[in-house]
Amino acid sequence: MVPADMKCQEFVELVTDYMEDSLPAATRADFKAHILECDGCGAHLDQMRQTMQAIGRLSERDLEPEALARMLALFSDWRTQA
Amino acid sequence: MAGVWVDAGETTPPRTGEAKIDAGQVVDRGVLTDAAQLHRLRSGDTEEFERLVVTHHALMYRVARAHVASSAVAEDVVQDTWIAVLDGLTAFEGRSSLRTWIFQILRNVARRRGQREARVVPFSSLMATELGERTLPSVDPERFIPPSDHEWPGHWLWPPRQWECGVEERLLHAETQALMAASIEELPPVQRTVLWLRCIEGWASEEVCLALEISAANQRVLLHRARSNVRGSLEALLEES
Repeated sequence: MVPADMKCQEFVELVTDYMEDSLPAATRADFKAHILECDGCGAHLDQMRQTMQAIGRLSERDLEPEALARMLALFSDWRTQA
Repeated sequence: MAGVWVDAGETTPPRTGEAKIDAGQVVDRGVLTDAAQLHRLRSGDTEEFERLVVTHHALMYRVARAHVASSAVAEDVVQDTWIAVLDGLTAFEGRSSLRTWIFQILRNVARRRGQREARVVPFSSLMATELGERTLPSVDPERFIPPSDHEWPGHWLWPPRQWECGVEERLLHAETQALMAASIEELPPVQRTVLWLRCIEGWASEEVCLALEISAANQRVLLHRARSNVRGSLEALLEES
């Protein structure tokens, strides 16, 4: 049984507002009630969380040595001017 | 600049300055606005500057790239930003965190550059375009029961399934990581930047709003689209097998 007051198609658009704690109190209550009664939306919410965690484990560390050397040269110039 | 993606959980070095707590530092959502760090920079400590560049340069390039039309211009913008940061260090009052201040300067440098060159796309117009695409749903409408249905319009026709318990390992798999990196690359530039700052760099939403000069509501819209998009790609990959 799925509550009729919030549609799944609406639910999926509110996930970030829910996770960022910025839903109005009444909508938040509907959202939470919907999770309890709808497996599909529960799975969707879990997948959004898992996606966030997985993205968080990606990281970019690709500063090229030449770029760093150029910036350090800038710093050296700045230091001699100061 | 080729993206190299690694598992941050294993390779992230301890954040500069966290090991030793000096007097006079302010903890700003996990970011240290460190009076001692500022003092070292002002007095010309090369190692301190190097740490700053290593921490921020690649991301500054990413953000700049979202503003301008070519990678060469983006590199110029980042370099000009570092020059402006150094010139402004003495006057910087530490009212915001150092990195927020650096990214505000970056935005201003990119904007000035935009006034000089017609090729540069203003960030505000990029953002207006991305926010204007209101019709793009988070999930394919085909997966829901159509509005014409009397009983359950808008409810799942093809609901997502719980990812299996082995999914944690699969999410760390090189193939999955490459797919995530690729689907982030394909996002529109402002969405990509917001996702980057929030999820990968771990910035708080307030800080992202300040640095990119966007409202909290718009930040959530952009973040939601970006997240939903990557989730969709992951779901397709994980369901495939």
